[in-house]
Amino acid sequence: MSANVRIPTILRTYTGGVSEVPAEGATLGEVIADLERNHAGIAARILDDTGKLRRFVNVYVNDDDVRFAEGLETEIKDGANISIIPAVAGG
Amino acid sequence: MAIDTAAPVTATVDLGPATALSCRECGTRFPLGPSFACLECFGPLEIAYDFGSEGAEELRKRIEAGPASIWRYAPLLPVPADVATKPNLNPGWTPLVKADNLGRELGFTGQLHIKDDSGNPTHSFKDRVVACAIEAARVFGYTTLSCSSTGNLAGAVGAAAARAGFRSCVFIPHDLEQGKVVMAGVYGGELVGIEGNYDDVNRFCSELIGDPAGEGWGFVNVNLRPYYGEGSKTLAYEICEQLGWRLPEQIVIPVASGSQLTKIDKGLQELIKLGLVEDRPYRIFGAQAEGCSPVSAAYKAGHDVIRPVKPDTIAKSLAIGNPADGPYVLDIARRTGGAVEDVTDVEVVAAIRLLARTEGIFAETAGGVTVGVLKKLVETGQLDPSKETVAINTGDGLKTLDAVSEAGMTAVIRPTLDAFRGAGLASA
Repeated sequence: MSANVRIPTILRTYTGGVSEVPAEGATLGEVIADLERNHAGIAARILDDTGKLRRFVNVYVNDDDVRFAEGLETEIKDGANISIIPAVAGG
Repeated sequence: MAIDTAAPVTATVDLGPATALSCRECGTRFPLGPSFACLECFGPLEIAYDFGSEGAEELRKRIEAGPASIWRYAPLLPVPADVATKPNLNPGWTPLVKADNLGRELGFTGQLHIKDDSGNPTHSFKDRVVACAIEAARVFGYTTLSCSSTGNLAGAVGAAAARAGFRSCVFIPHDLEQGKVVMAGVYGGELVGIEGNYDDVNRFCSELIGDPAGEGWGFVNVNLRPYYGEGSKTLAYEICEQLGWRLPEQIVIPVASGSQLTKIDKGLQELIKLGLVEDRPYRIFGAQAEGCSPVSAAYKAGHDVIRPVKPDTIAKSLAIGNPADGPYVLDIARRTGGAVEDVTDVEVVAAIRLLARTEGIFAETAGGVTVGVLKKLVETGQLDPSKETVAINTGDGLKTLDAVSEAGMTAVIRPTLDAFRGAGLASA
C-alpha cells in the first residue's frame, strides 16, 4: 500500500525540507520502517527505544488518531494520508 | 540565584531572565526562539531562567512595588523588563476571596479561598498566558497572532491583539457556547469555526504552522507555547503573595491540557527556590469533568500514560481529549500527595449554583468542575478540610449561560403591592 505522509517541520531535516513524502506499508509500523529506509534516522525520532510511538508524538491516519485505532498496527489502505504531529497542550 | 545550573545557551533576544528553551523530557537545550517541541524526542520545551543574584528580600520589595498586574512578576517571566510600558491588557492581580460561606457548607474548618480569575480583562485566566505570548511575538517579529481555542483563549487573543496592534486569526470548534463565540469575534479579528472538536482544531493548527498558509504567524499555544505557558505561573505567585508570601496547603486546579496545573507547580517551586516563601508541603489536586476525564481516569487506574478520549461534557473549556501535559499532572498530583478527580455535568451545574449562592461568584462551567471536585474531594476524604485550601475559578459564568439556564425569575407580577404580597415574597 502506498501512503502520503505529512512531515512536521522539526523532522524535515530528514526529508530534505520536503513536507510530504510517499511511503509503503500495510500497517503504520511498516510505513515508518519504509520512511526509515528512505530517510535514515527519522524512525528514531518518532519511536522510542522500545519501538513504541513516543509519548509526545501524535499520528493520524485519514484524520483518525491511531491511539484510538491499533497504534502501530493500524491498517494503511492505498492512498491513505498520514500526519505526524508533535503533541501540543493549551486550550 | 540561578535555578538552572547547566550552562545556558546564549540568548540573542531580550526576554528578561529567560536564557534558553529546555526539553522537559530529555533536558536538551535550544536557543530562545519560536519552537515548542524538542528536536531530539518531541518533548515539550519550556523556559530556563537565570534569576540573577538578587536577595529574596530585595526581590520581594521590588515585586510589591510593582504594578497591580502580572507585570509585578516581570523579574520571573520571559518578558523584557519594560513590559508594563507596552500596550497590553495588564491582566492579573485578581481577587483571592475568603470563601467562608462555601467553606461552611462544605465542612471546612481550615480557611478556604477562591482565586477568582474571572476578574481578568476578558474574564478568564487566558489573559495571563496571552500577555506573555504577545511579548515573545513582538520579539520574534510576528505581526499575526493565532491560536487553537476552546473559546476563552480565542477571546483573550482577539482582545490582546487589538490592544497591541496585531492582526489576529483564531480557530475554535464550530459548536461553542454563543457567549464565547461573541467574546472571541467582537474584537475585529478573524474567527474561524472548525467542524470538529478541540482536538481537531489543535491538530489543524499544528499542521497549519508547518505550511506556507500559516507562515509567519505566532500561534500563542503552539509555536509560542513555551512563553505562553509561563503566564500561568503568575497564578501561583499571586496566591502566595496574597496569602502574605505563604504557600497554601492545598490547591484545586481545573485540568484541560494540564498546562495550567503544571505551571502553577513550577511557580510554587520557583518561589521556594528563590526564598520568597518558606518551603513546606503542599498538595495539588486536578479537576476534570467526567465526560472528558482522561487524566482522572489514568490517575485512578494508577497509570502514568494518558489514553485519549472523545469529549462529551458541558465543560467545553476543559474538553481536551488528548491532554499533552496530562502525564505531568499525574506526576505532580502523586508527588505532592494530591489527586485527580472528576464530576458529572449535573454536579458541575450544582457547583456553579453553589458557588454563586454562597460567595456571589458566577463561574463558568470550568469553575463548576473545580468547585464540584472540591466538594467531592472533601466528601471522599481525599482533601483535608482542616487545611488552608485554594480553589481556582478560571472563567466567568456569563460565557456559559446555557449551563444554568433554568436560573431565572422567581415570579412575574403586575407592578402592585398586592401582587407582590400575593406572590408570597413580602417580608411581612
